[in-house]
Formats: sequence, structure tokens, C-alpha cells
Amino acid sequence: MKEYAYFPGCSLEKMAIGYHRSTLETTEKLGVKLRELDDWNCCGATAYFHVDELLAYTLGARNLAMAEKEGLDLVAPCSGCYKNMFFTQAHLNHDPDLKEHINDALEEDNLHFVGKNTVHHLIDLFVNEIGLEKIRNTVKQPLEGLRIAPYYGCQILRPRKDHDEVENPLFFEDLLSSIGATPADYSLKMKCCGGSLLITSRPAAFAMINNLLKNAVDCNADVIATACPLCQINLECYQQQINREYNTHYSVPVVYFTQLVGMAFGIAPKNLGLGKEFISPKKAFEAMKAPSNGK
Amino acid sequence: MAEKPAFNQEVANLLHAAEGNPLETCIQCGICSGTCPVAKYMDYTPRRLIAMINAGMKEQVLASNTFWYCASCYHCTVRCPSGIDIAEAMYALKRYTMWKNQYQEGLIGPTFSETFVKTIVRSGRSYEPILAPTYIFSYGIRDFIDEAITATNLMLKGRIPILPPRIKRLENFKRMISHIIPIGEAL
Repeated sequence: MKEYAYFPGCSLEKMAIGYHRSTLETTEKLGVKLRELDDWNCCGATAYFHVDELLAYTLGARNLAMAEKEGLDLVAPCSGCYKNMFFTQAHLNHDPDLKEHINDALEEDNLHFVGKNTVHHLIDLFVNEIGLEKIRNTVKQPLEGLRIAPYYGCQILRPRKDHDEVENPLFFEDLLSSIGATPADYSLKMKCCGGSLLITSRPAAFAMINNLLKNAVDCNADVIATACPLCQINLECYQQQINREYNTHYSVPVVYFTQLVGMAFGIAPKNLGLGKEFISPKKAFEAMKAPSNGK
Repeated sequence: MAEKPAFNQEVANLLHAAEGNPLETCIQCGICSGTCPVAKYMDYTPRRLIAMINAGMKEQVLASNTFWYCASCYHCTVRCPSGIDIAEAMYALKRYTMWKNQYQEGLIGPTFSETFVKTIVRSGRSYEPILAPTYIFSYGIRDFIDEAITATNLMLKGRIPILPPRIKRLENFKRMISHIIPIGEAL
């Protein structure tokens, strides 16, 4: 059984507990062991980089060094955590002085960062490490007839430029096809959910969320699938306010891709952390079970 | 006497990890502004802001809301034909105004970021209920109530922790931080 160091990040402890549970359930079924990093600290989110860059890299480096100590590659399900740790590693490897400075600080916690292990986003683990073939073979109840908008958001793929998928990736669609669902042609899939602007510049964030929800409705999506807790919260929890602001009638469920994979694997919804949504995906799932409803 | 660096050099070199940001290579093509999902809400679009930086319009740049409205989506960064990391330049300007305590009045971003950092430095983890007071009082009454309702719903769904989390090796963690910024016992 292949093992990885698992960095849940602050959101997955509570706000995105469903992502956490469904991640553990589905990876277990796929024969992958995610070992939670003992005593991990916050990745710094975006706010830390507003204040001090050096300290922000130190936070990331502590987590990376702990994974190295275990001899394991690191997996982060949150796109923000992933981006921060991926680039902490890249910058420290690029700049030996920076690495040395931060290693001096890490000594206080008996840690040392070398920078040789790989940092994966969880969806990258599913698509490229585990592979769609294996996922397809584990499906028990294909999500036939369920139209899903694959929402990539920002930081899974940006600001990395070392790949060909910056503008129009398709791996999320492929993943959804592998569990029997129908990926919707979601043209705004790479656009931003507003991130922390939801707090600091709300009208701007609402406009961005409105665009994403409108696009999901326009492409007849039954649900939106996300791979990031902030995207999930922004798109799901503010639909009522958006409806009032824009005179719309959105009621689009927004779930984690791991919850959808788990459903297809026949795992009980409760074990996938389903039931904690503001907008229940239940109806969408039930409609799928009764194809005579004709979608 | 040594000359002071131009403003665009200052901003370019605020980015430690990328060894400078080539702001002066901007060709004013406007791809960044066309890509930016927040441009409409900014005092100046990203393209215009870069032109202003290159023209040395320091005061107007620092007083604008543009960089505090950047959502860090990095769409401009991956598209810039001149290889400017525009989102990182926005980060650099945020830090610059934080250091100088010189940002546009009424912005929530600076206080929110500061409280966030303090929370992490003290406990190693972030905790939403501590962050809420940094912004909720600057909302209008309707947004205030909406936010309270959203928070209550999250609580009822078991999506907000009751107690603030903290890491186990907190003493080591704090010593590690004071190694980077010598803050003595202030923590």
C-alpha cells in the first residue's frame, strides 16, 4: 500500500470536514494510505504573504520538513495549501541562502528541510498517481445521468507554468467520466471564486460567484464539483444572499470531488461527510437513481 | 551620495523569492486587465497600475485599492507575455503598505491579514471566529445579520469548531518564528 504524508489544512478540520472524511474513505478504497502529518501548522493561506514573505515560507517549510522526516511525498487537498507548499519548496530549492536561513529556524523544532520530496494536490494524486483506470475499476454505482460542472478554480494549476494545462485542462472532466458521470461543458471552470475577497471586498466576490453559478445553470449542471474548501464555501454558502442581490433563484449543490467518487464507490453518504451542506445534493442523487425522470 | 532606487525598482525587488520582478518590461498590452475578474472594482486596472509604478507615481499607487482587491487568482501571471508575476507584485505592494502603515482608509484587507497572522503565530492554526470581528463591524447592518446567519448555519451543521485549535509543539514553533523575526517575549 503506497503511503503519503497527508496535510489536511485548517479548513478540513471543520469547515470542510466532508472533504476530509471523503478523502480518507476513497483513498482507502483505492489502496492508498494517507498518514496525517503529526502536528502540522497552518500553510499561511494568502494573508500571511500580505505581511511577511520570509515567515510565510518558514511555515510551509516546517510542514515539508516533517513530511521528509517520514520519508513521504506530501498531499494537500486544499488548493491554497497546495500552492503555498509547492512554491515554498520551489523557492527554497532555487535559493540556497533562503533555505539555509529557514533551516536555522527549523532547528528550533528539530527539523531540517532538504527539498527532495514531491508535493501533490489531492486531485493530482487521484488522476496521476492512482490513475483513472484504477478508479474506474473500483466504481460500484456509476453516477449515470448526473451532470457535473468540473470547477478547477485557481491554485491547482496557477501560477505554475511548467505544464500544458494552464488554459484548458481536461483531467477533472476525465475523472468525472471515470466514475460514470457526465462532465458539463463549464466554460468558467478556471475562473476565480473570489477567495478571501468574500470577506474583504464582498461586492466583488459576489459578482464573481454570481458569474460562476450562472454559468453552471446555463450548462445544465446538477451539481458543481470542487477540489478546494474555499471554492466550496464561497460557491455554496452565499447563494441566498446572491439570489437577493441579483434577483436570481440559484439552488445549486456544490460538493467535493471526493464525495462524488465515494458515491460511485458505493460508500454510505454519511461516511463521506454528506448532509452538512446548505444546499443538499440529495435530489440530484435521487434523480440519478430514477433515469425515467428523463434528464 | 548614492541615488535612491526608482519606485519601480523598489516594487520589483520587494519579491524576495523570485529575485526581482521585471516590471519595466511591461508592454502595456492589457492582457492582465482583460483577464482580471476584479478589475471593475479596482481604482486602477492592473495594466494601468504597472504603468503608474513605472512612471514613479508612488503616492497614487500606494493610496489605491487595486492590490488589496487582488484575489490572488494568478490568471494575469500565467498570461503575461513579458513574464511579469503581476499577482506577486500585488502581494509586494500589500506588504509595502503594511510596513509603511500607509494604505487606503476603510479597507478590510490589512486588518484581516494582520489578525490572521497573529492567530497563526500564537497557535499554529487558523480559527474563523477570532477573525470575524476584524471585518464584521465594518459591514452594513444587513450584511452583518447575513454573516451572523451564515455563521450560525455553519455552526449548526458542525462546520465551525467550538474551541480554537493549536499545535502541540507550540513552544518550538514560537522559537522558530522568533528566529526569523526576533520578537522576544512579545508572543
